Formats: sequence, C-alpha cells, structure tokens
Amino acid sequence: MPEIHNFTLNFGPQHPAAHGVLRLVLELDGEVIVRADPHIGLLHRATEKLAENKPYNQSIGYMDRLDYVSMMCNEHAYVSAIERLLGIEVPIRAQYIRVMFDEITRILNHLMWIGAHALDIGAMSMFLYAFREREDLMDVYEAVSGTRMHATYYRPGGVYRDLPDSMPQYDASRWRKGAKLKQLNRAREGTLLDFVEDFTARFPGCVDEYETLLTDNRIWKQRTVDIGIVTPERALQLGFSGPMLRGSGIAWDLRKKQPYAVYDKMDFDIPVGATGDSYDRYLVRIEEFRQSNRIIKQCIDWLRANPGPVILENNKIASPKRQQMKGEMEGLIHHFKLATEGYCIPEGEVYAAVEAPKGEFGIYMISDGANKPYRLKIRAPGFAHLAAMDEMVRGHMLADVVAIIGTQDIVFGEVDR
Amino acid sequence: MYYRIRHYVKSFSLWELLKGLNLTGHYLFAEKFTVRYPEEKAPQSPRFRGQHALRRYPDGEERCIACKLCEAVCPALAITIESGVREDGSRRTTRYDIDLVKCIFCGFCQEACPVDAIVESPIYEYFGNQRDDLLMTKERLLAVGETWQKKIDGNLAQDSKYR
Repeated sequence: MPEIHNFTLNFGPQHPAAHGVLRLVLELDGEVIVRADPHIGLLHRATEKLAENKPYNQSIGYMDRLDYVSMMCNEHAYVSAIERLLGIEVPIRAQYIRVMFDEITRILNHLMWIGAHALDIGAMSMFLYAFREREDLMDVYEAVSGTRMHATYYRPGGVYRDLPDSMPQYDASRWRKGAKLKQLNRAREGTLLDFVEDFTARFPGCVDEYETLLTDNRIWKQRTVDIGIVTPERALQLGFSGPMLRGSGIAWDLRKKQPYAVYDKMDFDIPVGATGDSYDRYLVRIEEFRQSNRIIKQCIDWLRANPGPVILENNKIASPKRQQMKGEMEGLIHHFKLATEGYCIPEGEVYAAVEAPKGEFGIYMISDGANKPYRLKIRAPGFAHLAAMDEMVRGHMLADVVAIIGTQDIVFGEVDR
Repeated sequence: MYYRIRHYVKSFSLWELLKGLNLTGHYLFAEKFTVRYPEEKAPQSPRFRGQHALRRYPDGEERCIACKLCEAVCPALAITIESGVREDGSRRTTRYDIDLVKCIFCGFCQEACPVDAIVESPIYEYFGNQRDDLLMTKERLLAVGETWQKKIDGNLAQDSKYR
C-alpha cells in the first residue's frame, strides 16, 4: 500500500474569489477540506497605532478605510466613542442623518456582498444589478460628503454639513438629450431627500429582482443550502454578530438591544434564520435590505419636517461656521485651536459599538486626558467570523470554500486593520 | 398531492430559471443606463473632493498666507510648507508641496484654510507617469487653480451656505 498524504493548497492571496488578500492554506483529502488555515495581515496598515499619534478628528478618515464597504458605520462607532467620553449630546437632526446614512451604508454593503457572493458562486449578472443601485447610493454619498466612498462626514458632535438642497444632474450628451435626459434627471430635480425617497420607492422592486434571480434558483440553492452550517450555540461561542449570528437564529441586533442614535424611535424588524446555513444568511440579508429601506423612509419623513442644527454649537469641540470663523475673533481662535491641536478628552475609557452591516463594530478607546487617544482598539466583526472559517469549511468540498467566504462577507480592511 | 405535482412540473419545466431569464431578457432590450465614459460623465456634486488647487484673489494676489493650518491638520502628513517674507514685506509660502501619493482626500485642508486658498477641485482625471508627477508643487497647484477657477468658485459659492 502506498502512503497517502493530504494535499496542501494555497488559496489566495491573489485568488479572485478570496475577497481581497485572504491567504487560506487548505489541507485537502481529495476534494474534501480537512483543515483551513486563514493567514491574515496582508492589508495591515496599523490604524490603531496611527490613531495614537494624531488628534482625535484626524483619525475619522482612517475609519472609512477599515471596512471599506461600510464606511459611515465605522465612522459612527468612532465618533460615538469620542462623544461618550466627552459626555456631549448630539443634535437630534444629526442623529437622524446618521441613522439614515447608517442604513444607506447597510444597503451599500449588502449590495456589494450580494454582487460578489453571487459572482463567486457563478451568477454573473447579479453583480451588474447590484451595482446599478449602488451607483445611486454612491451619488448620495457624494452629494453630502464630496466623495463616493471615504466620506469623512461624521464628526464628534454631529455631521459636517447639512443635506444639500439640490442633486447634481446629468449633462446632455450625444446619446442622451431631450426627453431621455429629462427622464434620467427626473429624480434629481429636487433635494437630496427627494432623491433618496425616490430610491426607497424603487428599491423594494429591485430587491424583488434579486430574489427572482437567486432565491428559487436551483443552482444558487445547490451552492448555498446546507453549506457552512453554524448552530446557534456555536455561533454564540465563536463571537459571531450581525447577519452571521441572526442567520443561525439568534435575534441579536444592537440597534434593538442597545439602541444608539435614534434607533429606538425607528420601527423595524430583525430577520432571523432557521438552520444557520449560507442560504439562511442570504435570506436574512435580503430581508435587511427591506428593513433598512423602511428605516430610511422614516428618517426622510422626519428630516423633511424638522430642520435644525446638524452639529454641536460648542466651538471647543466642533469648528465654528465659516462665516463666524471669518468674521469673529473668537471663532478664528477656536478654528485655529481645533485645526492645530484638536480638543482634549477627559481621562477614561469607553467601548462604543454600532451594528455595522457585518456585525458588531466596536471602538474601545482609552484617553489619558491628551488630545489623542492613549490606546484605540478596533473590534472588527469580520475577524471573529474569519476565525470560524476552519470550523465552517471542514468536511466541505473545495468549491464550497468560496461560498463560505462569500457568506461571511469578509472585508480585509477591517480584519487586518 | 397538488403541491407535489406543482413542484415536479415547475422543477422539470425549469420554471425559476425561465423567470430569471425573462428578467435578464427584459433588460437586454431596455434602455441602457450605463454612462458612456469618457464621452459622457456622471453627475458631480459641488462638494466633490478631487485633486488640490491653490486659489488667487480676483486681483491676482495669491490667497495663501502660510499659516500652515493645512499642514497641521493633514492626517497623512502630505503637505509640506516653508514660509518667508516677500520683497513687499508680506508673509508668503516659499514652498507648498502636496504629495498626492500620500493624500487621503479627507478634505480637512480645505476645511481648515481660513482664506479659502487650498481647495479640493472637481478634477478626478489626473495621472502621473513618474512619481514626481504626483508631487504637486506650489506652481502646479496655482496653475490648476487658474485653469479651473470658474468651476471651483462656482462650487464654493454653491456650498458656502452649508459650511
């Protein structure tokens, strides 16, 4: 009898289905996975250490780059950590804007997820449909913050600028003019809120399209049903959160359990799965599309009716308005102080977590009273999920690894930080 | 019994696949929503943060007074400024470099600038053949500001009520 050895295979770090820079060392018995060993750190940028060397505000931009498909949720965790340490109350309008953008971010993230996940499993066209809607939401991001992804929009004490009263429109071109152009710009004629409202009216129909393409599709079901089952007990023990935990049937959502911002005033449901397989997690995320849409609608209604300040009027923390900065000595001094030195936070430590699209994204911050954090620890949901990779893929076929990476919704920006 | 027959009929007739094909087929003939870049461009917000530019006053005097706020506030340490006294006795920069390779386009420099000198312009189509091409010196920043002056001023005016 010849001696049979298991075959060791490197999956990634440049495999297109590895979602970035995941290197998985797979031990294979034929085509069955015996062991999966994720190697991380290829996208390590030392965000935590960098934050120790900068005034608080300057790290906001780096939070976007952690989980780079759910930008504003990361910012939300960071600024709420600062706010809690400072003990400041954010204006109510800013809180509604934050909730609206958190949910827009959730939709953005899940769209990216469904596109990439389906593409990995073989449903190519899904990607294109998901990106069609993503484009609209990216325009919303750009309209408020000036960038399509790395917004740097949330600030301690509120958000940087109020929502704009107009949306940028398409220009006429060789292919689009007259009635066609008008049709294209129809949703963009009003304010930003009109545009988002138009999107929320359209979006459930789009989700129906995704479901038409995937939910009953036999190939999709063969690739996801009973793949990567996690029992509720194991999901808790492994430190899962977000759709990964809810897919296993545990109704845990920080937006309900520890409401932050104005989530306690929102009317929404949290979907849970039954079996804890990839298909259930897919269904959970599809339902989250619809629930997020509901929350956005409620925010729009409130924001329309209630104008007001969007950032704290305490100039020790938030920069004064430009008018004030240019016209008044006090304002100018505050502006210079904030730009050069920032603000100091009283000694203490805090853990602020938000329900990011991928799960519980938390910032643990220790302040020693200086204008920069003494220590910043980032709790990334993807890290805990990736740690369970071995357990989830064991006994599955090689092709199922791709489905499980997809269902975990791994983004290496946050895993490697 | 009815459900089982229905299930088999649907399964053998590839019902759900046909439904999917119907959807994609519908879009095959529908109006395309793809933007034909570069002939066509996507709409751009007046708040857009692209490549940097240094502005001048209407009389041609450069706005920057070398207060170095942007240098201090830059999280990526991409800005380098040296200042000196000009012949007429006013304080101006002798060197103003922005390393676009380091820049993270957070927009803090234009927020910090008390005289609206450094701005992030609407330019997103730029490139460099060499590393040096992405090191924006003072001359190049001022040149960008001059070429794009109208658009930049328009955007600033549109956004001024929010800032």
